[in-house]
Amino acid sequence: MASTVIHDASRPKGPEPGAPKGPEPVQGPPAPFADVVADQSSLRRFLDGLPGVDPVALEQRAAGLATRSIKKQSKLTAIDLAISMVDLTTLEGADTPGKVRNLVRKALQPDPEQPDTPRVAAVCIYPDLVPVAAEALAGAERTGTKIKIASVATAFPSGRAATSVKIADVRSAVEAGADEIDMVIDRGAFLAGNYAKVYEEIVAVKQACGAARLKVILETGELATYDNVRKASWLALLAGGDFIKTSTGKVSPAATLPVTHVMLQAVKDWKRLTGQQRAVKPAGGIRTAKDAIRYLVAVREVAGPEWLDPYWFRFGASSVLNDLIMQRRTQQAGHYWGADYVTVD
Amino acid sequence: MSLTVSKTYKLYVGGAFPRSESGRTYQVDDAGGSFMANAVLASRKDARDAVVAARKGFAAWSKATPYNRGQVIYRIAEMLQGRAAEFVELLIVGRGVDHDTARAEVDAAIDRLVHYAGWTDKLTAVFGSANPVSAPYFSYSAPEPTGVVAVVAPVDAPLLGLVSVIAPVITGGNACVVIAAEQDPCVAVTFGEVLATSDVPAGVVNILTGHGAEIGPTLAAHADVNALDLTGAEGELRTELERSAAGTVKRVYRPKGRPDFTATPGTARLRAFLEIKTVWHPTGSPSLAAGSSY
Amino acid sequence: MTNSVVDWEYAPAPESEAVARVKERYLPYIDGKFIEGGGDDLITVNPGRGEDLATVSTVDDADLDTAIAAARRAYEGPWSKLSGAERGKYLFRIARGIAERARELAVLESLDNGKPIKETRDFDVPTAAQHFFYHAGWADKLGYLGYGPNPKSLGVAGQVIPWNFPLLMAAWKIAPALAAGNTVVIKPAETTPLSILVLAEIIADADLPPGVVNIVPGAGDVGASLVNHPGIDKVAFTGSTAVGKQIQQSLAGTGRKLTLELGGKGANIVFADAALDQAVEGIVNGIFFNAGQVCCAGSRLLVQEPVAEELLLRLKDRAETLRVGDPLDKNTDVGAINSSAQLTKITELTQAGVDEGAEVWRSSCPLPDRGFYVTPTILANASATMRIAREEIFGPVLTVITFRTPDEALAKANNSPYGLSAGVWTEKGSRAMAMAARLQAGVIWDNTFNRFDPAAAFGGYQESGFGREGGPAGLAAYLDTDDEAVLG
Repeated sequence: MASTVIHDASRPKGPEPGAPKGPEPVQGPPAPFADVVADQSSLRRFLDGLPGVDPVALEQRAAGLATRSIKKQSKLTAIDLAISMVDLTTLEGADTPGKVRNLVRKALQPDPEQPDTPRVAAVCIYPDLVPVAAEALAGAERTGTKIKIASVATAFPSGRAATSVKIADVRSAVEAGADEIDMVIDRGAFLAGNYAKVYEEIVAVKQACGAARLKVILETGELATYDNVRKASWLALLAGGDFIKTSTGKVSPAATLPVTHVMLQAVKDWKRLTGQQRAVKPAGGIRTAKDAIRYLVAVREVAGPEWLDPYWFRFGASSVLNDLIMQRRTQQAGHYWGADYVTVD
Repeated sequence: MSLTVSKTYKLYVGGAFPRSESGRTYQVDDAGGSFMANAVLASRKDARDAVVAARKGFAAWSKATPYNRGQVIYRIAEMLQGRAAEFVELLIVGRGVDHDTARAEVDAAIDRLVHYAGWTDKLTAVFGSANPVSAPYFSYSAPEPTGVVAVVAPVDAPLLGLVSVIAPVITGGNACVVIAAEQDPCVAVTFGEVLATSDVPAGVVNILTGHGAEIGPTLAAHADVNALDLTGAEGELRTELERSAAGTVKRVYRPKGRPDFTATPGTARLRAFLEIKTVWHPTGSPSLAAGSSY
Repeated sequence: MTNSVVDWEYAPAPESEAVARVKERYLPYIDGKFIEGGGDDLITVNPGRGEDLATVSTVDDADLDTAIAAARRAYEGPWSKLSGAERGKYLFRIARGIAERARELAVLESLDNGKPIKETRDFDVPTAAQHFFYHAGWADKLGYLGYGPNPKSLGVAGQVIPWNFPLLMAAWKIAPALAAGNTVVIKPAETTPLSILVLAEIIADADLPPGVVNIVPGAGDVGASLVNHPGIDKVAFTGSTAVGKQIQQSLAGTGRKLTLELGGKGANIVFADAALDQAVEGIVNGIFFNAGQVCCAGSRLLVQEPVAEELLLRLKDRAETLRVGDPLDKNTDVGAINSSAQLTKITELTQAGVDEGAEVWRSSCPLPDRGFYVTPTILANASATMRIAREEIFGPVLTVITFRTPDEALAKANNSPYGLSAGVWTEKGSRAMAMAARLQAGVIWDNTFNRFDPAAAFGGYQESGFGREGGPAGLAAYLDTDDEAVLG
């Protein structure tokens, strides 16, 4: 049986340079960028002055990296790592307490037949169901890795509500026990060039998060261009987002490798220039273990190996978990498995 | 009746009419074997100066729009038409041909220039292509001028031959250094005067008179010459020049036999001094919603 | 249980060597038969391991006479009498044959040449098949090229190809020659004769009439005999500029049509407004593709001063991720250098750059302990007067020079006797187009580098050679396009 590394998504580890030790005080971006956010026009000059992204070359690189051949022990390691990075998600209008409790059970024990299978990083749910998840998870950290409760907020998925309503949404989720908040940016404001509004809203949400880590969903499918993805990534980083996240999962295209490349490059650059490490979360459209491994290759080669950790990288997904489990069993048993042999929550 | 003022035939280099730096001349006889004129016996140094002038001429000419180049070449035809009688006379005296033959050659030379004037803005369409590459790029190939071309002018048809070798070279945007046929310097230098009055930028055409065997090798070996037209070089000289041209991988045009300049020209001469340049530019998807380019 | 960041290394993922079906001995292919050549055997080496790979029988002058006579017979016999449509069908068959044996060819090419399987699998072999496919379609459409309704072929083409893209260069040479109606005698490079001899099997299986394609392995002397043979009507050579000049010299006065595809010192120009991350990709692709053993490599990086530092930092970061090693490993980015001789040349020239004061950076990627390898190397702070800025290194060694203005970039880029390729990186379309118009090179890659397609002409300016390969322009090299009337 291969050794399994279980990752704890709940705390920054080791001497990660710049890793936040707790909630970052809201005080604006660090020195090199303090002036950038002074007002709308300087923010705009900065974002519009970022180097452009050439789509063809970017996509070519992403396609090239996707041909990496990951076999044997490195595949098994990758599968466990990927499982430990999953934000197991249900975001349906039809979600019920029962559905969420099942999700939590799956998160705690992804593969009952293989108890050494790592737990996922978090469950990701709507704010009103946070208390259900909190109750279902109570005391679970005694038996293994603590699973985080991530809640979407800020009038997810469209984000079309007054800022005050969004803040209230965030507060209710945090008060109910959310460890992480997945907010959406105001794409309308972004596309209209009103970067300051987007910035200020992220800052306000971050403040409302308190100790909870903030994931800033860019909804890249609506931003339309890689240039915009880069600008929005920087905007979110400047505003103090702990994660930059691709998508709500409600808009197509959701996460893609090239989009994630751009975001990984942004966090890498951010760390180089500020010393602070920030996290990335692609979400939506990652369905197979093969997909997940391709993302891990991108994490390793675009951002760097120090991002290969559930604290710094997550998958927003649901169905990918079962494929990871099946592939994990295949690696260990040497034959392929069918869907009926893996639990459906 | 007053004494005729006879003309001094000089070189045509860089838009000016200098004498040879060597001060040398050679005697040109008319068809009857009597003294016709003294022509400049260009030196190797003159050839080098002509290459310098041609390189400057190339810089301007290759950047001119094809439309503009066409207009200028048409203007050469106009100027030649204006001085047709003078060329007829030169051909009669120099070659001993009758008036009609001389006139026909001059007319053909004018027509030749008109023909090439219409080529300048067609070359790209005819010899270029949009390339349907199997990747998200816009790719096109288009002809561009080679650069400085050394031309050994033919002995046949002093004016028509000269025009027929110069015109295709400059039509493509090249500059040239022409070694005029040794026995016809008067026609060549007079044609230089036509060029000098027809908006052709200085240095685009440079005409040297003298011994091809003396200055040819200098041009064939010159590293700032990009191509060589061997039309007027014959026998051992032709092989020697071609071998020498290999030293800097020059493009070499060598007609199979003696070209028939009265026939409609094909495109081989034009193509000989064109480079096909291929340019690639990414296209990709206009937006993420359109999907990946790959 | 641990909380440390996972040390996730990729396990080796080697292609099976058995797929290549390497034989102990390979024979010349002449007149439709594999025959024992009269020359001394050569041993081809696997540069990935520095071990002997196979023995190849080479041809002598008598074999060459036989091959050229066979090509002449085939030309005058069946081949020139076939319709273009029928010729095209043979080429289509060959294209399919290459595709069917693609994996075998890819592994064999990696073994014999040393380039990574990723490249042979995804580039060399599929592009070779594509060249046959593309040119097959031209065979019955030559009248549309602009050289009259029924342009004539030239006869027997003598072709000499290099070792850096052995199969692909064979396709570049053979496909247009056959499409235009010629027959071929082709000599592969001494160090990479194997893949073309498998192509010979594919050609034989396609039932191409005997003598239409003849493959004559041997060293440089065979190449010299071939190009100077009086039975040849057309010579096509891809290789070094020095050898190209010799060929041009020796053919002077013969009237034989010649095309040359020679060396280069490609400038890759990065403006301050470029999409920097993608420029980095283009630079990496430009100089580390095929370990820089590419005539059109972007070996001279010209970077605008305001972004020079930032770009170099990103470039080194990226180059550090390149995996150098076993050519057969699917995760290898940079494979072996083709021969120990080439390795020595690269090492010497790189050292010259260091001695002349360039600032050297080398990737920390470990190299295998046997075989011929060079670490990806960047020579920064170079100046135009250094040898490394002028001479073709033909290895994974990048020379970096800075510039201030577009004019300076142009002047520096064009300041070379070569003129094969150039790259321009800028987000400003008008600047890209203006640079493309003024760069003296046969191929300009704007915001990309090292892209190739059979539909797009490829070839050089100045000492990078003349004639084109690919696209409509490439077919002119194999047709009698001389349309000037001559006096009877």
